[in-house]
Amino acid sequence: MAKLDSKVPSGPLADKWRKHKTEIKLVNPANKRKYEVIVVGAGLAGSSAAATLAELGYKVKNFVFHDSPRRAHSIAAQGGINAAKNYQNDGDSVYRLFYDTIKGGDYRSREANVHRLAEVSVNIIDQCVAQGVPFAREYGGLLANRSFGGAQVSRTFYARGQTGQQLLLGAYSALSRMIGAGAIELHTHSEMLDLVIVDGQAKGIIVRDLITGEITRHAADAVVLATGGYGNVFNLSTYARGSNVTAIWRAYKRGACMANPCYTQIHPTCIPVTGDYQSKLTLMSESLRNDGRIWVPKRKEDRLKPPASIPEADRDYYLERIYPSFGNLCPRDVASRAAKRVCDEGRGVGETGLGVYLDFAEAIGRLGEAGVRERYGNLFDIYHEITAESAYQQPMRIYPAVHYTMGGLWVDYNLMSNVPGLFVLGEANFSDHGANRLGASALMQGLADGYFVIPYTIGDYLAGQKPGSRPSIDAPEFKAAEENIRAATSRLLGIKGKEPVSHFHKRLGKIMWEHCGMARTRAGLEEALKMIPALREEFWANVNVPGSAATLNQALEQAGRVGDFLEFGELLCLDALKREESCGGHFREEYQFADGECKRDDANFGHVAAWEYQGAGQAPLRNVEPLNYEFVKMSVRNYK
Amino acid sequence: MVAEKSSKTLSVTLRVWRQAGPDAPGKFVDYAAANLSTDMSFLEMLDVVNDELTVKGEEPIAFAHDCREGICGTCSCTINGKPHGPGHGIATCQTYMRSFRDGDTIVVEPFRARAFPLVKDLVVDRSAFDRIIQAGGFITARTGSAPDANSTPVPKTDADLAMDAAACIGCGACVAACKNASAMLFVSAKVSQLGLLPQGQPERDQRVLAMVGTMDTLGFGNCTNQYECSAACPKTISHDFIARMNRDYLKASVRAAFKPVSASASGGAG
Repeated sequence: MAKLDSKVPSGPLADKWRKHKTEIKLVNPANKRKYEVIVVGAGLAGSSAAATLAELGYKVKNFVFHDSPRRAHSIAAQGGINAAKNYQNDGDSVYRLFYDTIKGGDYRSREANVHRLAEVSVNIIDQCVAQGVPFAREYGGLLANRSFGGAQVSRTFYARGQTGQQLLLGAYSALSRMIGAGAIELHTHSEMLDLVIVDGQAKGIIVRDLITGEITRHAADAVVLATGGYGNVFNLSTYARGSNVTAIWRAYKRGACMANPCYTQIHPTCIPVTGDYQSKLTLMSESLRNDGRIWVPKRKEDRLKPPASIPEADRDYYLERIYPSFGNLCPRDVASRAAKRVCDEGRGVGETGLGVYLDFAEAIGRLGEAGVRERYGNLFDIYHEITAESAYQQPMRIYPAVHYTMGGLWVDYNLMSNVPGLFVLGEANFSDHGANRLGASALMQGLADGYFVIPYTIGDYLAGQKPGSRPSIDAPEFKAAEENIRAATSRLLGIKGKEPVSHFHKRLGKIMWEHCGMARTRAGLEEALKMIPALREEFWANVNVPGSAATLNQALEQAGRVGDFLEFGELLCLDALKREESCGGHFREEYQFADGECKRDDANFGHVAAWEYQGAGQAPLRNVEPLNYEFVKMSVRNYK
Repeated sequence: MVAEKSSKTLSVTLRVWRQAGPDAPGKFVDYAAANLSTDMSFLEMLDVVNDELTVKGEEPIAFAHDCREGICGTCSCTINGKPHGPGHGIATCQTYMRSFRDGDTIVVEPFRARAFPLVKDLVVDRSAFDRIIQAGGFITARTGSAPDANSTPVPKTDADLAMDAAACIGCGACVAACKNASAMLFVSAKVSQLGLLPQGQPERDQRVLAMVGTMDTLGFGNCTNQYECSAACPKTISHDFIARMNRDYLKASVRAAFKPVSASASGGAG
């Protein structure tokens, strides 16, 4: 059984991080260059970590499967990044950001981690501005803010609707500077396919070059995974097509625990599905909820009428009605479920009945069309490209879609997994968002982990490793891992079945969405747990992966990733089944209040579930890390 | 415009550039793509064609893609002679089949430029862009060294203009659209973004000299002011930034020639 020691420092909440930083071990400057660190991924967490570790003097190797680190999926985040700067003088503080995040996460995250996140949030904004990130500004030249869900202050910094892009390009510029200086070795088109463990510690990875097909071994003193979330297990999501679970899943199969995989976030405002061919869903930023009003007709009969013809009295602005104090800015899980409920009642709009209106008529009246265009013009353009409809003239139609995953590899306060030497950052870990993430907090966490946490905490581990002690890539563990990957690749290419990879991904996605999506039941999950292994068996018997392993072969890449999703999806459903409560993004129909809100069970489930691999065909072990709330009282979330 | 909701279908012929590798010969191959929904994206159409090819035992068409919402800059096809296709201010992934007519022949090629060597089919290697950024496309701001973000106000007009330049997604359409395969729009966007901000001033001269110098060594051509780059740019980045960069480059070159440099500029305090 894995040992799960959270290593949360003692002492008052607000002093923990400061105290920890002064107590952990340091590596002296002349020794840093003797340590090599592998960073996998180049999104916000990966590129900020790689750049900062290189600035400190460590030798860094950075691996990305993209053709450039600038293409990592952090680039697509639209809305903003939270920070407790209180520049608006509206009563914000580190404690409020901490509290909002804990509450937003439905009391399923670690207090100490979240407080640290709120503390360093202010440094992130400083760092990004110094790099030249062009945040939105007021006429006086100071930084502007807007509001996001789950908060009653304006603490979100933004760069039009492209905040993720600008923050990533900032981190990418820092990364590029260190690559240019020769301090980082960049490997593009390089997909990590296995983690190598020597003497119980993470000491390297196996990588496939996606252009040449070459498989190579890389040794290091520590391995950092910043490989993002697993939302594409649902096939249709707002993730990039290439986003995958492979790196963290293979680390799991080497002994790292997978924590809370059932915590998935369904974002309330996405463009609805239109057809079977569809490859992705597009998000409409939560920032739209600052000015857009969400409604459906009061009566089912009105659902196909032109929205303008439905008088005010016949509209149900259901979020404003049910949650008067937070209104349209209630948290994502709450807004998504409310949308599902009104659609289940038959009041959903659009051809499929799976849609609700996001209406800007009132905002256009208040701000003018030009005012709305200035705030949201690019989002309205995106909406128009996809739907051929103008949101200036008629309400947008939106529906929830998979957007983010709170679960991930288990890490301690130092962001180290239960495998010594393996660190996990950003969306790939489970640590800060509990059962639901608030808007504009993903960018904050990725950059907090990379710029301000790992640079300190990795030293504590490396100080215990003798310089020059990293194993050679000729060690038997590397050889065995490489052979394992070669065999898996040949097996995929050798099946020569009848169906393309996408066929299996779509079917898996349907199972996941129907049985483990916005609302889950025991019966549905039990059924999914039968269907997924059957589909997996069919995949390994009937998938068609054309081409060879010695060239760019996108079908082979996709087959490897979907193969992993077919295993991971089962664990996700198992976690959802065993968590017999509702919390945040995990909603079990059996556990709800009369008004449809989540009914948590703190006595029995006030813990982290960290799954441990027991071998192929063996049931995984469910380890538990209790969540001890010392400073905040676990209470029922109330946004009314 | 409030368009009527379309659930129509169309059939097209795709004329696609197929090339197994950088040294293999390439050629156009025709594929029929039938009964496509007009609501389908161009890349979803390629997905469908690829699945059909796979089932028939043929090798699918390699094409670059990832986010499919016009922000990652991965997709890179030239469609009917236009980088990123017929739409204005959008990337290939934001192109929908409703932009084409039933019966059309659609010619699909990779971005062609000497500095973007072909990898396979429609995929090219754009790492030259990364090397230009590595040469100087940054502000040196070591983590942890930054002053309070509001200690340096930036006039809103400057910040807005910097943001216009920063919107570049690094896709390379500007290079593919230029008859000289020039990277001036890409480089000038980054030079302008950082040069417009107070934080970018200390390295302003060395940045423009290093980036332009690197661009020249990587095989990109010169700018002859026809602005096909801006016309093809999915983020409609203005060619005004090229003029701004040329001024910066000239000033920096003059200053580099005449500016006195401290004899101990590279030495430490000891």
